Amino acid sequence: MAGETLFGIHGAALSVRSQRMGLIASNIANASTPGFKARDLDFQGALAAEQGAGRMADAIKYRVPLQTSMDGNTVELSQEQTDFAENAVQYQTTLSFLTGRITQVTRALKGE
Amino acid sequence: MRMAGPVSIFQVAGRAMSAQLVRMNTTASNLANSGNTAGSAEAAYKTMKPVFRTSFDAATGLSTVDVERIVTAGEAPTKRYDPSNPMADKDGNIFEAAVDESRELVDMMETARTYQNNVEVMNTAKQLVVDTLKMGR
Repeated sequence: MAGETLFGIHGAALSVRSQRMGLIASNIANASTPGFKARDLDFQGALAAEQGAGRMADAIKYRVPLQTSMDGNTVELSQEQTDFAENAVQYQTTLSFLTGRITQVTRALKGE
Repeated sequence: MRMAGPVSIFQVAGRAMSAQLVRMNTTASNLANSGNTAGSAEAAYKTMKPVFRTSFDAATGLSTVDVERIVTAGEAPTKRYDPSNPMADKDGNIFEAAVDESRELVDMMETARTYQNNVEVMNTAKQLVVDTLKMGR
């Protein structure tokens, strides 16, 4: 199904990356809130949900912390920072795929 | 404090920054009043701490943070016998604010780091939104 659309899988991927950015930003925002449980996306599940197979809520999972803290907060800043940076790069990658596709189609339309 | 409509990633980071700023302000007040004396235990300065609470937005699945309230925490004021002090009560006692300075300094460092993290999140999100708007150009 994804192959038939103009942007293929990248449209869905961009949406998933954007969702994941929001989740990780929420984790970072709650880095010092007692009892907060960090969450992240299962990328494969989220992508499937975005394409109509399964529910997005099922793809959101709680993080398992390397070390638990006394106040019940499971945010580990180093983990969140690396994930956030990784996700930002992946978002930009998806964007360049989309830009490439748009350029390609535009050129075909112009008959260059 | 509660905003209408779905929360955006900018609000997530922005409200977290506000919360950390409140924490920084309480830390500044605590340090400024460390060792202050008063004529009674009630009038003595007590350490202030903000209580953070997650604010979950079901529409977007994002969660940000708010300061629920500010509480007084820490040790009770230290009673000291000092009759020459003009603040002393009828028994000659003064009450000194018990502020744990090293704890406040540690809190200040943690607050600054968390604030910086949220600024970074906001910057990255802004850059990605700008890039998305330029898509295909």
